Amino acid sequence: MLTRIRRLAARVRAFFRRADMDRDLEAELESHIAMRVEDATARGMTPEQAERQARLELGGVTQICEAHREVRGLPFLDALFQDLRYTFRTLRRDAGFTTFAVLIVGLGIGASSTIFSVVNALLVRPLPFRDPGRLVWIANDGKENDLSGLTVPVGPFLDLRDDSRSYSDVAAYYAFYEEGDKKLTGYGEPERLTGVPVSQNFFPLLGAQPQLGRSFTQEECQGNQPVVLLSAGLWKRRFASDLAIVGRKLTMNDATVTVIGVMPPSFDFGSVFAPGSKIDLFLPLPLTPEVDRRGNTLSMVGRLKPGATIKQAQAEAGVLSEPIRLKHNRDELRFRVAPLGEHVRGHMRPALFVLACAVGVVMLIVCANLSNLQLARTATRQKEMAIRVALGARRGRLIRQMLTESVVLACSGAALGLILAVAGTRVLADLDAISLPLRESVRVDFAGLAFTLLFAVVTGLVFGLAPALRVPVSAVHDSLKDAGRGSNEGQRHNWIRASLVVSEIAFACVLLVGAGLLIRSFLRVLDVNLGFRPERAAALRIDPSSQYSTQARRNAYYDEALRLAKSVPGIQAVGLTDVLPLGHNRTWSAGAKDQSYSLDHPPPDAFVRIVSDGYLNAMGIPLRAGRDFTAQDSPSGKPVILINETLARALWHGRDPIGRTVTYVDKDREVVGVVGDVRHLALEQGSGCEMYLPIRQTNDYSSVDLVVRTNLPLSGLASAIRATLKPIEPNLAANEYRTLQQIVDKAVSPRRFVVLLLGGFSVFALILASLGIYGVVSYSVNQRTQEIGIRMALGASAAKVRQGIFLQTLQLAGLGMAIGVVASWMMTRTLTGLLFGVSSTDPVTFLGMLVILTAVAAAASYLPARRASQIDPMAALRAN
Amino acid sequence: MGQTKSDILQGTLDLMVLKTLDAMGPLHGYGIARRIEQLSQEALVVNQGTIYLCLVRLVQKGWIKAEWGASENNRKAKFYSISKAGRKQLVAETANWERISGVIGRLLEC
Repeated sequence: MLTRIRRLAARVRAFFRRADMDRDLEAELESHIAMRVEDATARGMTPEQAERQARLELGGVTQICEAHREVRGLPFLDALFQDLRYTFRTLRRDAGFTTFAVLIVGLGIGASSTIFSVVNALLVRPLPFRDPGRLVWIANDGKENDLSGLTVPVGPFLDLRDDSRSYSDVAAYYAFYEEGDKKLTGYGEPERLTGVPVSQNFFPLLGAQPQLGRSFTQEECQGNQPVVLLSAGLWKRRFASDLAIVGRKLTMNDATVTVIGVMPPSFDFGSVFAPGSKIDLFLPLPLTPEVDRRGNTLSMVGRLKPGATIKQAQAEAGVLSEPIRLKHNRDELRFRVAPLGEHVRGHMRPALFVLACAVGVVMLIVCANLSNLQLARTATRQKEMAIRVALGARRGRLIRQMLTESVVLACSGAALGLILAVAGTRVLADLDAISLPLRESVRVDFAGLAFTLLFAVVTGLVFGLAPALRVPVSAVHDSLKDAGRGSNEGQRHNWIRASLVVSEIAFACVLLVGAGLLIRSFLRVLDVNLGFRPERAAALRIDPSSQYSTQARRNAYYDEALRLAKSVPGIQAVGLTDVLPLGHNRTWSAGAKDQSYSLDHPPPDAFVRIVSDGYLNAMGIPLRAGRDFTAQDSPSGKPVILINETLARALWHGRDPIGRTVTYVDKDREVVGVVGDVRHLALEQGSGCEMYLPIRQTNDYSSVDLVVRTNLPLSGLASAIRATLKPIEPNLAANEYRTLQQIVDKAVSPRRFVVLLLGGFSVFALILASLGIYGVVSYSVNQRTQEIGIRMALGASAAKVRQGIFLQTLQLAGLGMAIGVVASWMMTRTLTGLLFGVSSTDPVTFLGMLVILTAVAAAASYLPARRASQIDPMAALRAN
Repeated sequence: MGQTKSDILQGTLDLMVLKTLDAMGPLHGYGIARRIEQLSQEALVVNQGTIYLCLVRLVQKGWIKAEWGASENNRKAKFYSISKAGRKQLVAETANWERISGVIGRLLEC
């Protein structure tokens, strides 16, 4: 063992002292020869003879030197460096090819690393909490997107926390916080901030500690103590990371609150629990009967006890549901438990899976393309290879040389790809318009780097393999005599290249079909009848401040706000609402007064919107029957309600609902109008039952948006309205203005994200495939110059030659597409969950893909075909 | 030490070089080559170049030492001498060789 280590150390030393040792050996060999010559001349030989004899006996000095290096040094590294030197020389000579190869590998690896980083951040990396594997999401078993159906009241939460045995603790946050709920004034520009009320144990349960100050105390969470914790983002942005912030008093919603701490940057509530939104503050959530009365409001997070499994927790939740349901008289209450990670990112899995597959296919196309180019280069380098074989290079050595070349290319490409990936992930992490969970944590980390490196090497080996195996075995003579042209050898070569192109086309086919289906779904989604018209409409948050403490005062404020807003030039309609489409949602059960309901036949749950007169016009929601609200629908007037068509059908099954009475939470209201359905939950989802209550007759809302519709461009609108409202609301924050189109865009952003990426991939694939076709066809034209020349000399017309080339191309393309269609047919099924209004075998998409690919193939063969038809027969025949 | 079968010839050369140096004291490459040729009485044709490959290997293993010096004719030459580890190795190798040649001898006799 010791000997072996000593030997290895000596080898490494020798490797680095190569020149010294070579000189030493040469001197030694010289002295050897000199001594030999001395001996021989002493025995009577002439010095010339003796010297010749001595050198013969010794064997070539160069050979000994080489063997010596191999014995004493690290021959593997020696060869590697030699290969690398040689590779850089050839690649420099072939700058065009090198640039192109590095570019496409760079793009391919850039895309792969970006997607890998996204997948890693969104699916693989643990959630940014302590021991996230034990965290579970506990929700009510309601409909997705209906927040009321997914949350629970305070009472059941407390009971679950106290009675369950599976958790070491259960915490909650108030899910009905509204974005921009907290208006910060008296500190620079007024700004609407988003604050989430959380239970006292929320941060300890997640293992999050304030980086500054402290967390909430038990007392602060009992009453409505005016304290806040700041998020790291707000602290940095608004307070310039002021270390003296703790203890500072701020004015929020006209009340004074005290900052007690700052959360660390790693604690990003929004990216986990509310993708696409920024959370600025945390407030204590009082678990009081008063909050309990607001109904389903809490979202829960539990931490499993050591040893407890998710299965046990689920079973226990099922058992506990029953008594808690009875105790609190909540018929709909059913606890559902899921791993928190699953809840946060489970729904992203199909889309990311598709993207990962797509990027894999792109890489395969890149490999096929480079393989093809390398093959073309090997063809021109056959002679060089043959000479090297003739000079004694072993085949393995040449193959290694070729592979080194492709791996070097791939790694250079990977360097470019890494730059692209870093840029790409940075852009993605900053794209606030895309609401993906954990998007902010997307970055190229160590795993990403390792992935890139591994991927580069594998890519290099894959695309270098076919060309490397083309290294001549025995065809030395042929190559040297340049008889390769038109021989069997050449044809087999073509066959490999053609099948590479066919596979490129087939891969491109699959990508195109996938992208096509998603694009068509995306268009269908954009095309969906929203039930309102987002264009030329905008919303401005104008919650009444605390001075409007009574309903009468608030109503006067609304009257004034509506009147002022209407006076802005170009305004067609204005209205108020407590909730904009595609935002938060709550439901109340709403029954018809003239019907009896029971446990088995419960009244329907209806989404609640609190609106003013004019809202329907401002939103562009059609009135189907009856009338809109008026300013007279005030506390003194008759209690009235508007319902949508779905609720009308659900309650009265086609009978005229106007004048009938709706009952909800023990209140009665007369239906005065029926309005069209609005896609309030998501663009892809029907609207369900909806009811509209007049804002002047209720206090059950927490925020107010002014919606305006204009016939002028929206650009100058914000400042115009702000100026107009100044008399009644001087402190409007800058971030309170949104156009409805922005709201819709944000809702489709995850879909747009997938479509854009997949679309980009398929364009890239299409370009590569067309380059592949071009390469193969133009190579075969080059090889067949002679043949074409003969044909033309025998009377074939230029058109005939062109046609022949086109046909050859279409054969390749046709075969590729046939394989591609079958593959797509089988693979698009995985897309089903992402499609909307399009079946996974949508004939339009498949046909469109065939048309595009055929056109691209024809275009790619145009240049070579033209070149072929312009061949001068005489020149072609003389050339060889 | 983990020598594979294909190394038998190489190992044999190692043994011869070690033994020569042990018997003759410090010697240069040419001297070793000449000595082996003489002793084998031309029955063994050793490619003289390979002697140097063997020497560098033995030096790296620490069994022999190399030093530049002056030859009997006052010529500059590299002299090799056996080290302590080399002597130990020689003993072991010799025993090994005798065992193997004994076995082969018995095998060929019957």
